[in-house]
Amino acid sequence: MNFFVDNLPYILAGISVGGQYALIAIGYTMVYGILRLINFAHGDMFMVAGLVMVYLAASMPIYIAIPVVIIFTVVLGCTIEVVAYRPLRSAPRMSIMISAIGVSYLLQNTALYVTGGLTQTYPEIPWLAKTVTVFGAHTKMVTLITPFLTIALVIALVMLIKYTKIGMAMRAVSRDFETSQLMGIDINRVITVTFIIGSLLAAIGSVLYFSNYTGVMPTSGSMPGLKAFVAAVFGGIGSIPGAVIGAFIIGICENIIKGMELTVFSNAFTFVLLIIILMVKPTGLFGEKNIDKV
Amino acid sequence: MTELTKRTKSILSVAVCVAFLAAVYIGDMVVPPTSGMRMLFTVLEKGSIYALVAVSMNLLNGFTGLFSLGQAGFMLIGAYTYAIFSIPTAMKDSVYQYFDGGLIKFSITEILGNALGGVLGDFGVMLGEHIGMIFLMLCAGLLTAGVAALIGLPVLRLKSDYLAIATLGFAEILRAFFQWKAAGPITNSSNLLRSYTTYDTPLFPLISAGICVAFIVLLINSSYGRAFKAIRDDEIAAEAMGVNLFKHKQMSFIVSSFFAGFGGALLAMFQSSVASTPFTSNMTYEILLIVVIGGIGSVTGSILGAYLFVACSEWWLRGLDSGTFLGISAAFMRPGFRKVVFAVIIMCIVLFYSRGIMGNKEFSWDGFLGFFRKRDRKNRKTGKKKTSAKKHNKDTDIEEEAR
Repeated sequence: MNFFVDNLPYILAGISVGGQYALIAIGYTMVYGILRLINFAHGDMFMVAGLVMVYLAASMPIYIAIPVVIIFTVVLGCTIEVVAYRPLRSAPRMSIMISAIGVSYLLQNTALYVTGGLTQTYPEIPWLAKTVTVFGAHTKMVTLITPFLTIALVIALVMLIKYTKIGMAMRAVSRDFETSQLMGIDINRVITVTFIIGSLLAAIGSVLYFSNYTGVMPTSGSMPGLKAFVAAVFGGIGSIPGAVIGAFIIGICENIIKGMELTVFSNAFTFVLLIIILMVKPTGLFGEKNIDKV
Repeated sequence: MTELTKRTKSILSVAVCVAFLAAVYIGDMVVPPTSGMRMLFTVLEKGSIYALVAVSMNLLNGFTGLFSLGQAGFMLIGAYTYAIFSIPTAMKDSVYQYFDGGLIKFSITEILGNALGGVLGDFGVMLGEHIGMIFLMLCAGLLTAGVAALIGLPVLRLKSDYLAIATLGFAEILRAFFQWKAAGPITNSSNLLRSYTTYDTPLFPLISAGICVAFIVLLINSSYGRAFKAIRDDEIAAEAMGVNLFKHKQMSFIVSSFFAGFGGALLAMFQSSVASTPFTSNMTYEILLIVVIGGIGSVTGSILGAYLFVACSEWWLRGLDSGTFLGISAAFMRPGFRKVVFAVIIMCIVLFYSRGIMGNKEFSWDGFLGFFRKRDRKNRKTGKKKTSAKKHNKDTDIEEEAR
C-alpha cells in the first residue's frame, strides 16, 4: 500500500502514457498484421502530427486545429502508403522495411528543416491542461482522460473489425494475403483503411501525448514509436487488445522506473522487456502461433 | 582483346592502391590548411570509416541475411573503449571533472609513447603512440565482439523483423548504460570525452579501414563466406546441407561487430571528441542507407556508397544549406535543406533503383575495361561482334579499388 501511495503520481502518469502508446501501437499492430511490415515511419508521423498542431494553433482556434491535424495525419499516412509501400508490394520484405526506414529519415529531416532544430512548444489545450487532484496527487486533466478515451476508441475499433464488412475483409487479409485476394477482396482498399485507422489513432495519441510533454522535436517521435512497437510485440503482433495491454504495462513500468531515479534506463527497460518476451513467448501474450512452411 | 590474367589484375590493383595512397599523402602535404580542398581529405577520412562500418553491416545484412540494426551501439562501444584508455593522465582531471578524474588513471598510448621514447627519442614517442593506438583499436574491436557474442546468444534465435527490433533495442540499452551516472567514473556519463590521442595523417584511417575491409573480403570468399550466403538464400536448405546455422550466424555477427567497434574507434579519432548522444538509431539508419545505395551484397558497392554519402552530405550539397547551390540562390535554402534533398534522393533510390549502384556484383577489372571497350565499339560502330569482356569475375579483385 505504501508503495502505491508513494508512486501514485508515477502510476497515474504511466497509465496515461500507456494509453497514448496504445493508440500508436494499434497502428503498428494493424499494419504488421496485414503487410508484415514494421512501419518505422509511424512514430515519425506521430511527431509530424504534433508539429503541424504547433503551427496550426498559431493561426486558428484550437477546436478547428485539432480536426485539421487529424485529417492531415490521415492524408499523410495514406500518401506514404501509396508512394512508398505500394510499389514494393511484391518486393522482398527487406526492401519494404528499408523503404519504411527511408520514409522515417525523410520525415525527420524535413521536420528538422522546418523547425530549424528548435524545440517547439505545444499549444495548451485549455480543457485538457486543467490541473486536477486525485488521491492527493496533482495531475493534468489529460492524464485522467487518456485511459478512458483510449479504451473507448479501442472498443469502437474492435466492434468495427468484428461486425462490419471491411473489418471482416481486414481479418481475412491478415490471415492470408493471397487467398483473400483470390476471393475478391480489394487488397489496396483494405490496406488504405488500415492506414487511415492507424494514422487517425496516432493523431489523437499525439494530441494527448504532447499536451502532457509540451515540447515537440524532430526526434521526439522515434522513441514513443519504438516503444509502441514493442508494446505491439509484447501483446502479440496483430492482436489489438494485446497491443493495448502491452502499452499500458510498458507505460506504467517505465514511469515507476523513472520514479526510482533510474531515468536513463527507462528506455532501455522497454527493450529488455521485448527481449524477454521474445525469448519466453515469441508470439506475445495474445499472438497466434505462426508455422513456417518450407 | 584478350582478357587480363589474374596476375596482371593483381598488379594493376596494387599499383592503383599505391598510387592513390601516394596521391593522398602528397595532397595532404601540398594543400594548405585554409584551402577549400581540405574538405576532400575530411571526406576521404570519414568516408573510409563509414565504408568500413557499412561493409561490416553488409556482411550481416547482405551476405548472411540477418537484418540487424545494432551497428551504432557497437560503434559506441568501440569509440568509448578507444577514448577512455587513451586520454593522457594529465588531462584526466579536466575531462572527468565531475568524477574526480575518473577511475582509469592510465593511458595506454602515453605509457607506450614514454617507454619507447626513452629508448628512441622523439621517433620512439611517435612509434609508441601509434602502436598504442593500433593496440587500442584492436582492443575496441575485441571488446565489441565480446559484447556482441553475449547479445548474439539470445538475439540470433529471432527471425527477420524481430531480430531488427531486438538489435535496435540492444543498441539503445548500450547507449543508456554509457549515459548512466553510476558508470560515470569510467564513461564520464553524458559528458564529452576529449583530448585523447588521434591520428595526424589521412592515410591512417584509409590504410587501417582498407586492411579491415580486405579481411572481410577474405572471409566472404572463404568457405565460411559461402556458408553465410547459403544461410541468406535459404536457411532450411543450408541446415539440410550441414551448415551449423547458429554457429555461422554467431560468427558473422561477432565479426561484423568487431569491425563496427574498430570503425567506432576510428570515428572517435576522426571526431576528436566522443559523446554517446549521436550514436542513435539514426546513425544505424544512415549506415543501412549507405549499404542500400551501394547495393546489398556488394562490398565495393558499400565502399562507393559510403564515399558518395559522406561527400554529398559533408561537401557537395553544403551549398543547399548556405543559400547558393550551382549558382542558384533562394530563400528556402536554409540550414537543414540539404538533408531534406538528400533524404528525397535516398527515397528515390530505394523506390526506383533498389538494386543500388552495384547490385550484388563486385568491381572487377574485366567489367571495368569491358565497359570502356563496349563504349568504344559503340562509338566506332564496327559491326564485328566480339566476345563480351564484361564478365564479372567476382572474387579475384581487391576491393580497395573503389576508392
